[in-house]
Amino acid sequence: MRKTVLYATLILLSALFIAPFYWTFMTAVKSTAELYQFPPVLWPSEWHWENFAAAWNKQPFGTYLSNSLIVVVLSTFGQLLSSSLVAFGFARFRFPGRDALFVLLLATMMIPWDVKMIPLYMEFNMLGWINTLKPLIVPAYFADAFFVFLLRQYIMTIPMEIDEAARMDGANSFDIYWRIHLPLMLPALVLVGTFHFMNAWNDYLGPLIFLNDQSKYTLTLGLSMFKGLHEIDVTSIAAITVILCLPPLALFFLAQRYIMDGAVGSSVKG
Amino acid sequence: MDMAAHAEPKVDVVRRRRANVGRHLAPFLFISPWILGFLFFTLGPLCFSLTMSFFDWPVVGERTFVGLDNYRSMFMEDPQFRESLWITVKFAAIYVPFNIVMSLLLALLLHHATFASGFFRTVFYLPSVISGVALVTIWSWIYSREYGLLNFMLSLVGIDGPNWLGDPSLALVAIIVASLWGLGGTMLILLTGLKAIPKELYEAATVSGVPGWAQMLFITLPMLGPMLIFTFITSIISAFQQLTIALLLTKGGPLGSTYFFAMYIYDNAFKYFDMGYAAAGSWVMFAIVLTLSLVVMRWSAAWVYYEGEVRPADGDRDA
Repeated sequence: MRKTVLYATLILLSALFIAPFYWTFMTAVKSTAELYQFPPVLWPSEWHWENFAAAWNKQPFGTYLSNSLIVVVLSTFGQLLSSSLVAFGFARFRFPGRDALFVLLLATMMIPWDVKMIPLYMEFNMLGWINTLKPLIVPAYFADAFFVFLLRQYIMTIPMEIDEAARMDGANSFDIYWRIHLPLMLPALVLVGTFHFMNAWNDYLGPLIFLNDQSKYTLTLGLSMFKGLHEIDVTSIAAITVILCLPPLALFFLAQRYIMDGAVGSSVKG
Repeated sequence: MDMAAHAEPKVDVVRRRRANVGRHLAPFLFISPWILGFLFFTLGPLCFSLTMSFFDWPVVGERTFVGLDNYRSMFMEDPQFRESLWITVKFAAIYVPFNIVMSLLLALLLHHATFASGFFRTVFYLPSVISGVALVTIWSWIYSREYGLLNFMLSLVGIDGPNWLGDPSLALVAIIVASLWGLGGTMLILLTGLKAIPKELYEAATVSGVPGWAQMLFITLPMLGPMLIFTFITSIISAFQQLTIALLLTKGGPLGSTYFFAMYIYDNAFKYFDMGYAAAGSWVMFAIVLTLSLVVMRWSAAWVYYEGEVRPADGDRDA
């Protein structure tokens, strides 16, 4: 009886969470006639797959896609490299001021983005980076506090004896990081990579502030342009929304096991 | 590890000293990306922004030192400051408790689900995966007056749906609901917290005849304390930084009813190009968020149980 109530609740709530996705997808494949029909068409009579191509060709989405990919790939690589290096430094060494620095690192998570937004804009402006993709890529090479914290928790669960054995065999600290810890950290790295990918892929404010030229736009900016340019191009908005959702969904699906295990692991061991 | 140096030949001492320098330098090399990033992307901008807040600082043209004038006119003369702050406070006051309570309820449901839990977990987490512009566009026509999903549902039960995003008394509610749709992240954190609570505690309590509600009150909530505090603080931070959803969904309207404090800062900086004034606004936000976070932490210290307190400090390791 209790189980029945539990699952009924879960199913009802799931419907609430899924309905918007369903509606978006159906809107993307409907014909214009069915779009404005009342009562609304829940299951289109014909599927207009060509809506996707039509929406894609209304703006230079090919350019947007390549910009998005450049940002996401380069910044994810930088984030994985820098955050894991820093996490290793904090987890495996004892040095003067370490604990104070680590607290400082955690404290930076509490600074609202707004405080840094304006000076960062001016800083990038002075460097001549405005209207380039650099402001969206370069900071990822300087480690993110949240990811450092997460990776450090993970490294702490790896037995110290492994490091000591490697050191006996003549490995230096970088070897230990590169050849032992990186492979062992793989689940946590997948987690960090996925989170960062999603943040970078979905980022709207960064591109909005740092980019002016349409040829530099990312997909999120392109999608938001539909609202200003055309009156309300519902089908195109829906089609691009579906396309924009696909990579994060695919990534989440693939990385799900790591994400759950990693998240559970880091909390248990934290 | 260190042997008595005086017993060793000279060459070894030199080599050892050199190795020592390397050993002392190594940790700093590893953490150098963060140190550089902190200087260039955090500390530098913070100092810069604090300085700017004392200046009349247009993007182009003369900068004049005005002392505390930006802050004074913000508090005394700018009605938009008070209005946007009030809207943000209202938003946070509703969003934060709902976000935590609903995430906790979902997490508890999922924790007890034995069948298809992976499926349900994924479903509730999905909206967080696609947060951002896509999420907002989905909501923009759920709320649409004529062909929106929500008003269609209402029409099924004979209610003539309102103009959600066009009605000043409803737009803020609409934004809160849209924001809450992304509670999957918070839910996931709480779920991992629930899974980490030792089962023996519940078994012992059940054997002793402690009823379910008391187990919830005296085992689950205290054990979940650190996680709840973490989500509490991060929810406050994200509530105050709320910008993307409002910017895309309502642009602050109608009649300024969703003009958040972050949008006020954004407009001052990038619309009116008054960087000094915007910087002052961002420091007011920082002060509020920091104060709230400290209050939460201080207040929680009384009742939260940290497992770490009874363990030896994990810093006692050496390379």
